[in-house]
Amino acid sequence: MAENLKCSHCNNPATVHLTQIVNNKIIKVDLCESCAQAKGVTDPEGFSLADLLTKTNLIPEGGEPQITCPSCGLTSADFRRTGRLGCATCYLHFIPLLRPVLEDMHAGTLHKGKVPQVALSRQSAAAELQTLKNALERAISEEAYEDAAKYRDQIQAIKKSADSEAVHS
Amino acid sequence: MIESLIHSNKAELTQSAKNGSPVVLSTRVRLARNLVDTPFPGRASKSQRSDVLTKCVDRIAELPQMKQGSFFDTAELSELEKQVLVERHLISRELCEAESGSGVFINKDQTCSVMINEEGHLRIQFMKTGFNLRSVWKQIDRFDSSLEDGLDVAFSQEFGYLTACPTNLGTALRASVMMHLPGLVISEHMDKVIRAVNQLGITVRGLFGEGSDATGHVFQISNQQTLGESEEEIMSRLGSVFKTIIDHEINARFKYLEQNRARLLDQIGRAFGTLQNAHVLNSNEAMNLLSLVRLAVDFEMLPEVNRSEVDRLFIECQPGHIQHAAGEGIEPDARDLCRADKVREEFARLPSLNFDKVNVIE
Repeated sequence: MAENLKCSHCNNPATVHLTQIVNNKIIKVDLCESCAQAKGVTDPEGFSLADLLTKTNLIPEGGEPQITCPSCGLTSADFRRTGRLGCATCYLHFIPLLRPVLEDMHAGTLHKGKVPQVALSRQSAAAELQTLKNALERAISEEAYEDAAKYRDQIQAIKKSADSEAVHS
Repeated sequence: MIESLIHSNKAELTQSAKNGSPVVLSTRVRLARNLVDTPFPGRASKSQRSDVLTKCVDRIAELPQMKQGSFFDTAELSELEKQVLVERHLISRELCEAESGSGVFINKDQTCSVMINEEGHLRIQFMKTGFNLRSVWKQIDRFDSSLEDGLDVAFSQEFGYLTACPTNLGTALRASVMMHLPGLVISEHMDKVIRAVNQLGITVRGLFGEGSDATGHVFQISNQQTLGESEEEIMSRLGSVFKTIIDHEINARFKYLEQNRARLLDQIGRAFGTLQNAHVLNSNEAMNLLSLVRLAVDFEMLPEVNRSEVDRLFIECQPGHIQHAAGEGIEPDARDLCRADKVREEFARLPSLNFDKVNVIE
């Protein structure tokens, strides 16, 4: 049976056969000697099939969406080559490519751990403040002074509560 | 640059005598964190990386845990200094290779190191000697929370902490223990253990070597998956696997002692004699012999107080440490002489082995 196996990368006869169970799924990969070396299967630092899957072209190329991150410019080809994403925004755009990989790699695909509450509330307050500032500028340029006064009061209220929080903490 | 770290008498890994334990050498937890609005280091420009570095260093320097800590810029460290820090597990090989604008913050007792612009913006690591999963987690959790008070981290409700590599996504937590498993290796059960824990999503790596032939019988065992489970779930699953491995190791030791008493005592005795008298000692041989001497402490053939000396030698006999102590640029052959000198000197201070104390107890 083993005679028929070919390397998943280069079609040379496969001599290295790997089986690992990730998330209750059996994953098998056959590699020839040189690809096994190149993929770090013999790396003394250790080796995980899950890592290998993201670093290689085992994800089928045909019919796969070509994605480019609008924020950092990472392409799906870059991702397949390095197994790494370029920035936080990539996670919004690479979901179709990522989801199957994550399912194979992890215990689930939904985060169940720690949430950085302080940073998140600060980020959302900052985003709200920015929206109001933009609205204020627009109102001023449109000479809608009543609206502008309203936005200014809201901005001051947010800043004031942020200051008093800072004092209390 | 790193003199003060190496000669510190406060370093947890090389000086701690209080937490030493029979099977587990040390416990380590690391968290990966990234800043929102800046590309990950691999795609960031030189100036973006240097901005991230400044921002993170400023914030970390403010934290009470880093009082009297030191920052090292990767670009300013020599290759040898980097190797020493790798051998102490304070930095990773990836950081050694990092482009400009990267570095590491290390606290006074070297229990905490924070790498900046490694694979991600921040890689926080806490360690303690012995088996201390919960307390190390508590420390790193607190540190991470106070760090987050001043830095905007990349996080999504769905995927958790966003990381450059999707293998770290979610909790971005890797918890590991360094285990000394001579019993399982000698009784040839290590392959079986590695296969069994692999199936539970847990990775086993030889610390100073590869697979089940790891030099010094020291293995690093850690979780592979980071998404879909909470930190507590990951650690309680890991904790129970670690406890099972410890039980198996202890059983394997006593079973081997029972069936091969003379042979095991002979091996330990010869290891001790060699270390006491050798004049040429390469690092593999040193690790393997020190492993047997550590076993001697576990069997009470040496007093418990000497455990920390053996554990320290595990680190200080590594090539980088020997070379650093001898001065830059000595040949590997000369290194083996320096290593033997050092070990002979240290072993001259140890009491002789007490073979009468070895009893088969379970």
